Amino acid sequence: MRTETPWSSVRRRYDRPMGAAGWIAIGVVVLVVLWAIWAFNRLVRYRNRADEGWAQIDVQLRRRYDLIPNLIATVQGYAAHEREVFEAVTKARAQAEGATGVAGQADAENAVTAGLRQLLAVAENYPDLKANQNFLALQEELTGTESKIAYARQYYNDQVRLLNTAIESFPSSVLANLFHFTRREFFDIEDAARAPVQVDFEGS
Amino acid sequence: MHEQIAANKRKTFLLIVLAIAFLSAIGWIIGYFFLYGGTTGLIIAAILAIGLSLGSYFYGDKVVLRSTGAKKVTPEQEPRLHNVVEGLAIAAGVPKPEVYVVSEMAPNAFATGRDPEHSSIAVTRGLLETMNRVELEGVIGHEMSHVLDRDILVGTVVATVVGAAILLSEIFTRTWFFGGGRRRDSGGGDAGIIGLVLFLLGITLLILAPLAGQLIKLSVSRNREYLADAQGVLLTRYPPGLISALEKIAVAPHAMRAANNATAHLWLDQPSRVQGPQTSAVERLFSTHPPIQERIKRLKEM
Repeated sequence: MRTETPWSSVRRRYDRPMGAAGWIAIGVVVLVVLWAIWAFNRLVRYRNRADEGWAQIDVQLRRRYDLIPNLIATVQGYAAHEREVFEAVTKARAQAEGATGVAGQADAENAVTAGLRQLLAVAENYPDLKANQNFLALQEELTGTESKIAYARQYYNDQVRLLNTAIESFPSSVLANLFHFTRREFFDIEDAARAPVQVDFEGS
Repeated sequence: MHEQIAANKRKTFLLIVLAIAFLSAIGWIIGYFFLYGGTTGLIIAAILAIGLSLGSYFYGDKVVLRSTGAKKVTPEQEPRLHNVVEGLAIAAGVPKPEVYVVSEMAPNAFATGRDPEHSSIAVTRGLLETMNRVELEGVIGHEMSHVLDRDILVGTVVATVVGAAILLSEIFTRTWFFGGGRRRDSGGGDAGIIGLVLFLLGITLLILAPLAGQLIKLSVSRNREYLADAQGVLLTRYPPGLISALEKIAVAPHAMRAANNATAHLWLDQPSRVQGPQTSAVERLFSTHPPIQERIKRLKEM
């Protein structure tokens, strides 16, 4: 035997077929979910690309470290007395290899670049050295690696800019907070680092 | 950029469908005159066309490289070129393309392949010898943006399909001139009239074949070159490099020996063009590339 309770009116309301408002609500929920999936995947994509970019920078920096001993050995054969320069470059390289963090790495790399610039300026004074095939090959490798560092940095910074913008701007910022996406630091090395070691040989 | 990539994929699909239909029609006509009935020729041509499309998708780059006489070079042989290509691949965020050199004295370059994972960049010996590093970077930046936008896929498919169409129509015209037209001799009465109509149709189609090929290529490449210039400069972040490279190409004294209708649209600058400031209106209408002076002007305005 059923009596009219306060709940039956509620039940009756839910038993009725859904009205337009219900469909709109479902539509909105579906849209929000679809957007969230898209926005999440976009954040993941930017983060992965930034990681790839950083890995690429690392590869190129390492390649430059590997070139330094060879370069010093070659220059030493012609200019053994320029000890200060060799020591400065070696020291900068050791510091750069031990550097941590994006900003720390960038500072250390600026020191390496400055040292290399000095080393090549020294080489300028020795015509025999400048004609040495081994030195020429090393210089091409160094120039190539410097420009690859610059391009890798350009790619990384572009991806970081996209990632940071997505993390900060509403509404994707809500998702970024929820899933702990964090801002990345830009890799700021001196812009002049782009052209330092290609001073000579281009024209001569 | 993603719209461009999607548009290029659509374009490739449409081109392949068109090419299959087109080659089938040519095959039907050839079959009608030489193989005692159109259907045999149609079927053979359709199978050939489908095979050709698949082949041009998977092996088009190899065909193009082979037909231009490009040779693969190692980093030891061409350190500077390899370094520049690798650098711009890093800037574009794509795998490093394979590196080829064409032994031509005219400075020029092209890219081919089906996607950034399967791509090749070829430059002429003349380009390597006349360009300094920043100019080379400008040129490779232009080619790298073709790789990035999937322009290379459209270009390569067009090159192989148009190449095959030109080849087929040449074979046909030559066979016809040297003792073809068997069908007309054996037929009489009504069959003779139908034969004549089809013969005229066939001739029209054969005249249209190279023209249609031209039109397809034009639709593919003209504006893409401006875009690739702009995007290439975005990669190198140094417009003067490409500007100076184009200026050197504009005054280069050498003509390309490998100039060829089927691959003209792939090159950095049209291989067959006689360079000069006064390019005629007709030449402008039928060239695959915008005039080089106009490209330089647009780059300078950026």
